[in-house]
Amino acid sequence: MGSVLRLRKLCYVEPVKFQSFESIKNAEKQQQQQQQQEERTVSEVENAVQKNGRDDDEDTKKKKEGKKKMKEWRCIDSCCWVIGCLCTVWWLLVFLYYSLPAALPGFQPPESPGARLGREGVRALHPVVLVPGISTGGLELWEGKPCTEGLFRKRLWGGSFTEILKRPLCWLEHLSLDNETGLDPPGIRVRAVPGLVAADYFAPGYFVWAVLIQNLAKIGYEEKNMHMAAYDWRLSFQNTETRDQALSRLKSTIELMYLTNGRKKVVVVPHSMGVLYFLHFLKWVELPPPMGGGGGPGWCATHIKAIMNIGPPFLGVPKAVSNILSSEAKDVAVIRSMDPGVLDSEILGLQTLEHAMRVARTWDSIISLVPKGGETIWGDLDWSPEEGHGCSLAKRRTLQSSGNNKNSNHTNGKRTFSAMKDLAKYGRIISFGKEASYIPSSQLPSVDLKELLLGKPSTISNSTCQEVWTEYNELSRESIRDVADNKVYTSQTLLDLLRFVAPKMMKRAEAHFSHGIADDLNDPKYNHYKYWSNPLEMRLPGAPDMEIYCLYGVGIPTERSYVYKMSPTGKCKSIPFRIDSTAEGYEDSCLKGGVYFVDGDESVPVLSSGFMCARGWRGKTRFNPSGATTYVREYQHRPPASLLEGRGSASGAHVDIMGNVAFIEDVLRVAAGATGEEIGGDRIYSDIMRMSERINIQL
Amino acid sequence: MPLTQRKKGAEADKAASDKAASSEEKIVQDGSEDEDRKKKESPAGKKKKKERGGEKGKWSCLDSCCWFVGCVCTVWWLLLFLYNAMPSSFPQYVTEAITGPLPDPPGVKLKKEGLTAKHPVVFVPGIVTGGLELWEGHECAEGLFRKRLWGGTFGEAYKRPLCWVEHMSLDNETGLDPPGIRLRPVTGLVAADYFMPGYFVWAVLIANLARIGYEEKTMYMAAYDWRLSFQNTEVRDQTLSRIKSHIEMMVATNGGKKAVVIPHSMGVLYFLHFMKWVEAPAPMGGGGGPDWCSKHIKAIMNIGGPFLGVPKAVSGLFSAEAKDIAVARAIAPGFLGNDIFRVQTLQRVMKMSRTWDSTMSMIPKGGETIWGGLDWSPEEGYLPSKRRQIMNDSQVSSESGTNSSSSRARVNYGRIISFGKDAAESPSSEIEMIDFRDAVKGRNLANTTCRDVWTEYHDMGIEGIRAVAEHRVYTAETVLDLLQFVAPKMMARGSAHFSYGIADDLDDPKYEHYKYWSNPLETKLPSASDIEIFSMYGVGIPTERAYIYKMSPSAECFIPFQIDTSFEGEDEDSCLKDGVFTVEGDETVPVLSAGFMCAKGWRGKTRFNPSGIRTYVREYDHAPPANLLEGRGTQSGSHVDVMGNFALIEDIIRVAAGATGEDLGGDQVYSDIFKWSEKINLAL
Repeated sequence: MGSVLRLRKLCYVEPVKFQSFESIKNAEKQQQQQQQQEERTVSEVENAVQKNGRDDDEDTKKKKEGKKKMKEWRCIDSCCWVIGCLCTVWWLLVFLYYSLPAALPGFQPPESPGARLGREGVRALHPVVLVPGISTGGLELWEGKPCTEGLFRKRLWGGSFTEILKRPLCWLEHLSLDNETGLDPPGIRVRAVPGLVAADYFAPGYFVWAVLIQNLAKIGYEEKNMHMAAYDWRLSFQNTETRDQALSRLKSTIELMYLTNGRKKVVVVPHSMGVLYFLHFLKWVELPPPMGGGGGPGWCATHIKAIMNIGPPFLGVPKAVSNILSSEAKDVAVIRSMDPGVLDSEILGLQTLEHAMRVARTWDSIISLVPKGGETIWGDLDWSPEEGHGCSLAKRRTLQSSGNNKNSNHTNGKRTFSAMKDLAKYGRIISFGKEASYIPSSQLPSVDLKELLLGKPSTISNSTCQEVWTEYNELSRESIRDVADNKVYTSQTLLDLLRFVAPKMMKRAEAHFSHGIADDLNDPKYNHYKYWSNPLEMRLPGAPDMEIYCLYGVGIPTERSYVYKMSPTGKCKSIPFRIDSTAEGYEDSCLKGGVYFVDGDESVPVLSSGFMCARGWRGKTRFNPSGATTYVREYQHRPPASLLEGRGSASGAHVDIMGNVAFIEDVLRVAAGATGEEIGGDRIYSDIMRMSERINIQL
Repeated sequence: MPLTQRKKGAEADKAASDKAASSEEKIVQDGSEDEDRKKKESPAGKKKKKERGGEKGKWSCLDSCCWFVGCVCTVWWLLLFLYNAMPSSFPQYVTEAITGPLPDPPGVKLKKEGLTAKHPVVFVPGIVTGGLELWEGHECAEGLFRKRLWGGTFGEAYKRPLCWVEHMSLDNETGLDPPGIRLRPVTGLVAADYFMPGYFVWAVLIANLARIGYEEKTMYMAAYDWRLSFQNTEVRDQTLSRIKSHIEMMVATNGGKKAVVIPHSMGVLYFLHFMKWVEAPAPMGGGGGPDWCSKHIKAIMNIGGPFLGVPKAVSGLFSAEAKDIAVARAIAPGFLGNDIFRVQTLQRVMKMSRTWDSTMSMIPKGGETIWGGLDWSPEEGYLPSKRRQIMNDSQVSSESGTNSSSSRARVNYGRIISFGKDAAESPSSEIEMIDFRDAVKGRNLANTTCRDVWTEYHDMGIEGIRAVAEHRVYTAETVLDLLQFVAPKMMARGSAHFSYGIADDLDDPKYEHYKYWSNPLETKLPSASDIEIFSMYGVGIPTERAYIYKMSPSAECFIPFQIDTSFEGEDEDSCLKDGVFTVEGDETVPVLSAGFMCAKGWRGKTRFNPSGIRTYVREYDHAPPANLLEGRGTQSGSHVDVMGNFALIEDIIRVAAGATGEDLGGDQVYSDIFKWSEKINLAL
């Protein structure tokens, strides 16, 4: 302690330049100080003290040298000190947190639906199969290039994603598929993680299925009657069977669960793209080998009690288009879901987006999400089923529920509602320039689409761009301008556009997916697997007892159509098109940041998720010849009231809905044996019934 | 503080100007004047300064603590960062620099030879190596949903030990879940690739198989709840049905190529049970029909299989004292060995492990015919140091050869449990055995203080305990009676699921009951002449074979018996160490148990192997890791570490890629297993 004192004292005389003087003076000062201090002490000590003081002469010199060093170190010292403090406090808090009793006396967490239903006597009855969607399932490495050493059986996708930051190029290389075959590139094997861990959490703390699993477990489910049908979501559906036999495994597991659980039929709960995957499975399993699974025509009727589709993109999502075109979609599509901040930044943006696009374009599965049904479903240049949708409607509802000045909002809503009516032309999924998105079709330039798009695009080869390959590099500037000159694309012409800008990808993927509407379902061509995941080109299996649910959130603005512009620079590195984020509508308009919104769950518009259950399969139709019952269950979105709620127990967002209490209760009741009627039949908040009526489709 | 500093600064300036005068004395005077003035001016200020100094002093300890912690943290992070930034092949470079180039892992080597994945592979893990996770628990286990209670870091065992023991235990009557608790096996390859972080079980084998093209669709970990009796895994979890369905599916999706099954340790018995189950008709069996095995299985490569049981299981059940195979000792031997905690801990461990039916599957089978009687055992004459001496010069070996002839007379391995050393060594005629079976168990010893830790010993009185000790010597046959006596409830449960005898007539319909299915001496192998059965195990490590017990110093809450660790052999090379007689084996399973069935019991066409399935014995001589860098060694022969043995992995990969036992080179034997097997007098 003494040394510290002296050190302090020395610091006070910092600016002194003259050592000799300083030291003498210092010595004296010290002496005097000491004298002063010890005035009351015995005089015997004084001598010794004086001696000490003289000795200090030399000491101080030494100390001065030391002081200089100390001065240099002080910053680091205080850094250390701060870090030390923080660490200690952190540990203390962590320790306290752990020693806290699990339930604070004052704070009672709301009872989970599983526990409540468990008390009511709801018990596990039917085995449950969970089918995860795109990008939520984990992928792990089984064989890789030398750059992935030490990552054997570690997750490349899902988990903490540390490898992206550590070796981004290596990571991208391993997640890509082969551009020709859509299967593994040589020397690389990345495989889906099996089991419930595959998609319970996407990243640590970000649940996907975990909440549902936990609630199912509360009423008695465990691994023997709950199965996660994990598959490699990058592959086209049929390829998961070709490469991994994923469909065969699913079939065998369902059969096994059916047998070992006392011949109780299975309740299937697919989410997002898993819905399409399971549609594919339904057709696959009943058809004869080699293309099908050879389960015979009664397989579904014997083994499946209900299919509870969560946020089903039956008819595709517009997001998929923008993702393929400029890799700009939001959360459903791919890499942006991880760190939008980095991608949005202009500095890194160009390269990152290019890379992301190159990787994502090797994934066939994305094509399954391109809007299906063409203009009949999604609307043409002047018409769309959603027209008249007021975008402030949803907002107003949420505001009302939180009790914010109702009056002003109400009037506001009314005004814009009428204004919007003739503005939003949702049918134009992609328009170049804001104007093109709302002017009447007669004023649009009449470029002959077919001629443009079916003509061979003139190509340029620029050797500087080779390292980041996207098919845009093969397009010349002129063809790009031609594309933009056409101004407007509907869901029908959109496919031509995609074929034009990404010929290889579409050629690969269109062998696996189809996006039309069947005229005659008896045509034997529909036995081909490329039609199996399109609900408008397949028949449901003959299983009259099977129930089909469409469960999805509503009340969140969802991307429906885009305003595009050409990228400013002509550099080869940039993607030539991008969403024109400067295009804004009126305050309450549906146009925000270059995107027109409709009602939906943030990823899938209501139309896509609800139409099949609300109309396409309702009753006995040609798509549903055996008349399987369908139910539409919507969940009104309510954002979490406080931070404590996390992602909310009443959320309607595409993924967060899996934590929605009402939704979980429905799933649990059905799994425990209830029918659709018993849980209350349809439950509708949106305009889905009216919209469906407007669609002119032969049933 | 700024005030004083400024003053000092001014003072210094003044001093600087004065320097021109270069009159030192004057300066000194000036200085002193200054000081004087200051003294007059601000004595209060000085006091303040001092006080502040005092404050600083008080804080400095905390400060320096913080500083120290900060330093340590920073350095730690730096190192961590460097470690992470280090190329992952760096440790290998270091190792190679020190030990010379390492051999290629077998997967890489065989891939170069052109081997690729062919037959689907099924792993059957053994006891304790599979993870268990919580699906439903009591309140104390909140927040542990789907977290591993067994395997992984065992964090919970330390944080809330009583809660943990409660959840790990099974119901004492049924051998199934206690009410309100559901603990289930982890599924998938993760179930048993690593037992704890860094302690591999199957991981090395999996990694090597992946090199030649295996992946999840062609590899399957048949994880089961290893606490349950084998048939109960089917009753509760339908595990056997799942394995059946999965094997069928793998065979179907791999172009009809039959599966290679690789069971380890208790998994060997589990798979024996499975083979009988799958062909037996429902409801007791799986209804696969009599040719299921021949249709779906190419080879069974048993690793360290305790076909005939392990003596360790007896000591584990008797006094919870077995070494690594039995239970919780595997986690923290130091902790359990500690005498202070021992009383309660061992009691709890015993209580817990006695609810696990599966441990009873490993009680020595075949009685005195296999394991030896009072005066006879197949291994007699075994010298633990023999093989070591072969490498030494001949003179030494001949010397100790004479030495060992005397010890040959002494070691009676047949006496699995003896009370006192003289009982272990004197000829049987001299031992006075008092029958304990009819002995009165006596007054219930349990007093209320011990109530919370229940073991069946509390139901026994001091008379019963004494009666047990007075019987002096137990062979493999009488050991069963002993266990029956000391733990009647457990044995009643266990004998419904397992049997330990030798069948006289295998056609007796009673052998259709599932309790016989895991005993190779009471079952027939399936009729599938194409199957190959390998018995692969490590040799060259002393393995527990027989025990010397004593009564515990009397205290009612104690387990009344314990191994008498004071007994040591006479010379360094003796088989007797710490009250345990050891023989050759892989540290857990004696060679006799692991090798006998393949060396003799099933060799050729016997009554246990009516269709003449070919058997191979593949032994792997133990060589301890040369240095620390090698980790657990690439030539280890010990029970679990043998799974990292390159030679064993190579054999497995070759068979999985299509080779037959003959291609591997047939038998590979280092021990005396054939000699010992010949000594066993068993009708075949």
